[in-house]
Amino acid sequence: MSPSPALQLQEVHKSFGPTPIIRGVTLDVVAGERHAVIGPNGAGKSTLFNIVSGRFPPTRGTVRLKGTDITGQPPFEINRRGLSRSFQVTNIFPRLSVHENVRCSVLWSLRYRYSLWHRVDRLRDVEDRTERILAQINLSARQDVPAGVLTYAEQRALEIGITIAGGADVILLDEPTAGMSHSETEYAVELIRGLSGGKTLVIVEHDMGVVFNLADRISVLVYGEIIATDTPDRIRANRAVQDAYLGTEHH
Amino acid sequence: MMDGRPSAAVSVPLAGVAARRGRRAWPWLLAAAGLCVLPLVPGLDSNFVRSLVSQMGIAAVFALSFNMLLGQTGLLSFGHAVYFGLGGYVAIHGMRLINAGLPIPIPLVPLFGAAGGLFFGVLIGSVTTKRAGTVFAMITLGLGELVVAASLMLTRFFGGEEGITANRTRAPHLFGLTFASQLEVYYLIAFWAFLSVALMSAFTRTPLGRMCNAVRDNPERAEFVGYNPQRVRLLAFAVSAMFAGVAGGLHAVNYEIVAAEALGAARSGAVLLMAFVGGIGSFFGPILGAMVITWLQVSLSDYTTAWQLYFGILFIIIVLFAPGGLAWLIALHLPLARARMLHTVLPGYLAALAPALVMVLGGSLLLEINYRLATKPELGTRMSLFWVAMDVSRPWPWIAGLAMLAGGFYAFRRSWALVAAGWHAASERMREDGAP
Repeated sequence: MSPSPALQLQEVHKSFGPTPIIRGVTLDVVAGERHAVIGPNGAGKSTLFNIVSGRFPPTRGTVRLKGTDITGQPPFEINRRGLSRSFQVTNIFPRLSVHENVRCSVLWSLRYRYSLWHRVDRLRDVEDRTERILAQINLSARQDVPAGVLTYAEQRALEIGITIAGGADVILLDEPTAGMSHSETEYAVELIRGLSGGKTLVIVEHDMGVVFNLADRISVLVYGEIIATDTPDRIRANRAVQDAYLGTEHH
Repeated sequence: MMDGRPSAAVSVPLAGVAARRGRRAWPWLLAAAGLCVLPLVPGLDSNFVRSLVSQMGIAAVFALSFNMLLGQTGLLSFGHAVYFGLGGYVAIHGMRLINAGLPIPIPLVPLFGAAGGLFFGVLIGSVTTKRAGTVFAMITLGLGELVVAASLMLTRFFGGEEGITANRTRAPHLFGLTFASQLEVYYLIAFWAFLSVALMSAFTRTPLGRMCNAVRDNPERAEFVGYNPQRVRLLAFAVSAMFAGVAGGLHAVNYEIVAAEALGAARSGAVLLMAFVGGIGSFFGPILGAMVITWLQVSLSDYTTAWQLYFGILFIIIVLFAPGGLAWLIALHLPLARARMLHTVLPGYLAALAPALVMVLGGSLLLEINYRLATKPELGTRMSLFWVAMDVSRPWPWIAGLAMLAGGFYAFRRSWALVAAGWHAASERMREDGAP
């Protein structure tokens, strides 16, 4: 039997009250691939991320992470099993310094948990990894600034830094380039490419340039259903996708 | 920033740098040495001072334990005295056992308080910390009332209205310490207070302590980096309750009695006041608040029966005009002190001080007259306030009070321009000197 996919969704449904948002999504994300989820506004992309990362449970269906059923588990359990996500609306610790923001997501993965017996600024391994992540997201010079006063682009970079700092091998990025200028987007794409090496990446993105540049495979989500999953070239050529989405929104 | 005042945001990065540069040991050594020699300094070697500082030490531990919840974890508790009181009760029962022959010396009694606080912190906290925010605050309020009600019903443990008493001198005497004198009690309290402050300071630098801040800022994001915010809150609550219990244990040793007022709403309110007046945004702020409020409680109540009214006014002023408390006011001036530029803002402060005093005097004159007329009408309209005899059936005391209040306020308001000018000059000069 082939190794289990990094992420496996089976017949996932989600309704808010009587309104179905996700209507039977089945999707395998292969370990090590960069997988983009695209679709028009309101297609349910963020809802899908919220189900997978444990923000809320699906109404029906199962989610497996590296073969383990994680359906309905709380976010911290899913994170401890090696899945980490970023948020479309920046979601950081505003009063903590940039350095501390990154450090918070390093602590659990290095097994310090709820420790009362360690002095946090004397932990070599924590410090090393925090410094390395800060260098990767190019915020070393700003590490003592409260995260709340960073510029928008810097906060987006920090958002990604917090997401990857825990060393998760399945990374979900929810519109990492939203609201960025052209040059900022280019920089962010290179950052994501560099950080996702050897990891499984699932990314929701509106910028088609980013998607076709970055993704190994693309899934198209329309009204809560995946209408196609394929390589970028074949998605571009797919008639149904063009009708449903690309033809009208491509820019 | 037109008025030249530095914003809080400017000083924060500096604090961050200092924090990561590691802390120095000398302030701690200095504080320890100060606590050792204080009761022996000529002029301060009275039992009154020793007792006052003992109370301050107890209050400081209690206020810091409270701020572990409010300032560090973002949990506003309206019933924190419950853990102070329950810790105190466990300690006083421990002392009674010692009186009955249990071979434990008195200096270890605060550990009974710690155990009591921790036990009830875990027990009650496992319910209250399920939720944060307003729900948490409401639950603590309800539980506080519940425990007070229980304390009046379960008289076996709580001793009803009279409380439970014990004798700290009837115990095994370690190193010849009998604790018959206030001096020995002072040293016991100073030791435990110092140790507790050091431990609570260390707590802020543990992984759990840092995650308390993270959960305060953004509990949702904490969940997505592997932490269960409910668990973080519960652990913080338990540790906080344990230190509140230590304070309660010290209270038991100091007074040899614990009664229902130890866990009541008034004490829960007082600790909130201490933390806010001192400043919930800094670690040491609540210590400052505890010292100031304790001193006011002891001294103000000698002068006026309306002292709680003044507390209310003080609280409102701090919350409105210096929400960061006294610690924030001090932190604001540290860059100036470092640049040796305090003298540029001083004239403005002196100019503001005089009308402020007049205003306070006028206000409290009116307040005292009204308070006296309302609470003790049988004593008539002749009274002596601020060492001046007056008859308040005549208009002049009222006119004087009103005039001082209004005139003082007007002059005070005008003096702000001088304060702002001083700040402006100071910040200009610091910029010229190339300070960041």
